[in-house]
Amino acid sequence: MADDEAIRCDACPVLCYIKPGRTGACDRYANDSGKLIRIDPHVVLERVLSRGDSVVPFLDRDREWDGNIVSGPNTFVTAIGAGTTYPDYKPAPFIISSAVEGVDMVTVVTEGIFSYCGVKLKIDTDRYLGPETNLVRAQGEAVGHVTTSEYGSQMLSLGGVRHLTGGSRREGTVTCETLLNLCDRKPVELTIDEGATVVVQAGKPPVVDGIPEERMRVGCGSATIGMFAKQWHGKVDEVVVVDDHITGVLSEHQAGKLLGIPETGIEMKGRRSTPGRYFRVAEPGTAWGGTNIEDPLSILREFDPKIAWPKLRLLMVSTTGEHYAYFELDEALRPVEKELPAALTESVARIKENCEPALSTVLFMGGAGGSLRAGVTENPVRLTHSVRDALTRVTCGGAPVYVWPGGGITFMVDVTRMPDHAFGYVPTPALVAPIEFTLKLENYAALGGYMDHVRPLNSILQGEARRHLSANPGNPWPLNSTKSPGPDQ
Amino acid sequence: MRERAQIKFLPDGCRLHLHDGPIDLIIEAFGVAGEVNAAYRAAAKRFVTVLDELCGELPLLRQRARAGCPPPVGVIATRMVVAVLPYSERSFITPMAAVAGAVAEEILGSMTSAATLSRAYVNNGGDIALHLVPGESFAVGMVERPDRPSLFGKVELRSTEPVRGIATSGWRGRSFSLGIADAVTVLADRAAMADAAATIIANAVDLPGHPRVTRVPACDLAPDNDLGGRLVTRGVGELSQDEIAAALNAGVAVADLLLSAGLIRSAALHLCGETRIVSISAGSEQVTASPEQSRRSLVHA
Repeated sequence: MADDEAIRCDACPVLCYIKPGRTGACDRYANDSGKLIRIDPHVVLERVLSRGDSVVPFLDRDREWDGNIVSGPNTFVTAIGAGTTYPDYKPAPFIISSAVEGVDMVTVVTEGIFSYCGVKLKIDTDRYLGPETNLVRAQGEAVGHVTTSEYGSQMLSLGGVRHLTGGSRREGTVTCETLLNLCDRKPVELTIDEGATVVVQAGKPPVVDGIPEERMRVGCGSATIGMFAKQWHGKVDEVVVVDDHITGVLSEHQAGKLLGIPETGIEMKGRRSTPGRYFRVAEPGTAWGGTNIEDPLSILREFDPKIAWPKLRLLMVSTTGEHYAYFELDEALRPVEKELPAALTESVARIKENCEPALSTVLFMGGAGGSLRAGVTENPVRLTHSVRDALTRVTCGGAPVYVWPGGGITFMVDVTRMPDHAFGYVPTPALVAPIEFTLKLENYAALGGYMDHVRPLNSILQGEARRHLSANPGNPWPLNSTKSPGPDQ
Repeated sequence: MRERAQIKFLPDGCRLHLHDGPIDLIIEAFGVAGEVNAAYRAAAKRFVTVLDELCGELPLLRQRARAGCPPPVGVIATRMVVAVLPYSERSFITPMAAVAGAVAEEILGSMTSAATLSRAYVNNGGDIALHLVPGESFAVGMVERPDRPSLFGKVELRSTEPVRGIATSGWRGRSFSLGIADAVTVLADRAAMADAAATIIANAVDLPGHPRVTRVPACDLAPDNDLGGRLVTRGVGELSQDEIAAALNAGVAVADLLLSAGLIRSAALHLCGETRIVSISAGSEQVTASPEQSRRSLVHA
């Protein structure tokens, strides 16, 4: 009876033989070119007290129903798997109404195909990743570039239409795959021209040249001096906080002067900016404080014999507290490394404690084009205005987004706040991302919405295959308010 | 990988959704809260083994039903066979034609024997089993095309009438049809009976060999379907008014037979926007009904 091309579905005891391109008796499983796939047109976010169980059980094998009932306003239909109708000028696949506190709300859900999209990567590290504007490569293909660094973090900008469709076919495919993996929160290895190789994964510490990053620096070397000067006072004669950006020296620093800390005769390499603050004590690198130095003494010249004294106590520490060394000067005023005294252990630990865990963060950024907006209203610009006027809330897989000021609907979203497998791709290549627009029914009518395509929430919940997920408790509930189009906590 | 049966409330908190493989039931019970809860628990308990029971006899249930065939073991399977046997001599029909109605009846039965309910329904994808105590009634909405639900008419079913089963069949629905009806909705005493009858009537609404009707062997679409190599309708082109009338007449003729045999109480046949009602009050008269008219006719049923 089995057809050669058909596959047997073992999702239930019916054991349907399913032909390519067709679904089984349940309409939930399908044969996609010889592969059994589950068709989940909708991901339905349910607002439950804790994440975990994805559905509200009625009668479980293990436990009895706890009496919880998921009611209408606590269910939000995301666009994940909704499909899309454009480039045709047709209403979006699902336009769903629900009542929230007596107000009729409409959520228009669609999946957007984004050629103009990319990810902004924030990599918490002081280690040097590579020169600004240099290419970032994945599997040897250019997928983005190093952009301006931020406080304690290196920034990469990946994707964009030029890499996706402007270069070679392989460049586009690799870029698309890289973006998809990053958005799916999978680890991706990136190599920067004339720079480091870094493995990044959303919400996880970056791995720079094989070394996992642990902590972000609390401040630059100078700032660290300012923050901890008081705790060092009396316990040590001199402190050097080594930093690729600004290395601080306690006795010369304003904070040391205020505490009356005497000069020590220390002589730093590098370029002095203001008292106690030095630029470029070494080259950037992945060792002490984001420099290339392995031996901290290499950034010191000899102590001035007119000022320094034997037994002078010197602490050298990096901005993250990961590297430290303690020295005392011998009779010839040469630093000799000694064990860190207990009195200083605490301050080093505190620097470390004040450095937050280093993470890689991935923001997906894309722009909703005219066709996508035309799926929401017959007059696309009115949707833009409605978002501007804060009448329409934009969410991405139920997660809050930041909508850029200016024209169009260009938004950014933290991929860790989105459900799993929220993204897809098309062979163009381009990324497919969910996008939902939520607004009051009356406002939807006013902006020229497809009122005759509005379906009640119940029809989605009972009629079609869907994936039920608990809502991320860290996200604002998409239906709660349509006030703020910006990122809200 | 076998998925477990899923049982959960719909967001309205009133209706329970039971899902297992190809079975999707929406059930609702009415009565005092404790009884409703007891009914839901009984339904859930009964439901979890239904699919396994049926699948255990699937090869038998996919074969053409004939009088004198070895009887199935399961109670639902037996109900399916009983529902289709009246047609087995004249038509090709397998017990699968009544599976949805038979499952709905079984779950409804588990609820009414476990609890005292004023009303209850089990809706198995449009095939519905009803429970009504004296004095109660149900308002039932009807759709013209299952794939494009828009209320075509409303039927009020009262406890004084014998109807406790509703079923709809048509080529646009989830199951395959040999005919070209958009939808045939049947009211009968039991859901399994309604299910089998709707299948038979929908198959009869037909224009055999018509060039603008696209037909494909069922096994080309689903290799293990119970219809095997029989041609099932996949598309209906534009038909003239005469052709629509001829197809509907063929269906009405069969429906009249079933009505006089007591197998159904009423039927509404839809094709290309035209509707015919067959019911006791209408007798064998063929009534072309507008939504308002059909509603009146059915209320009289």
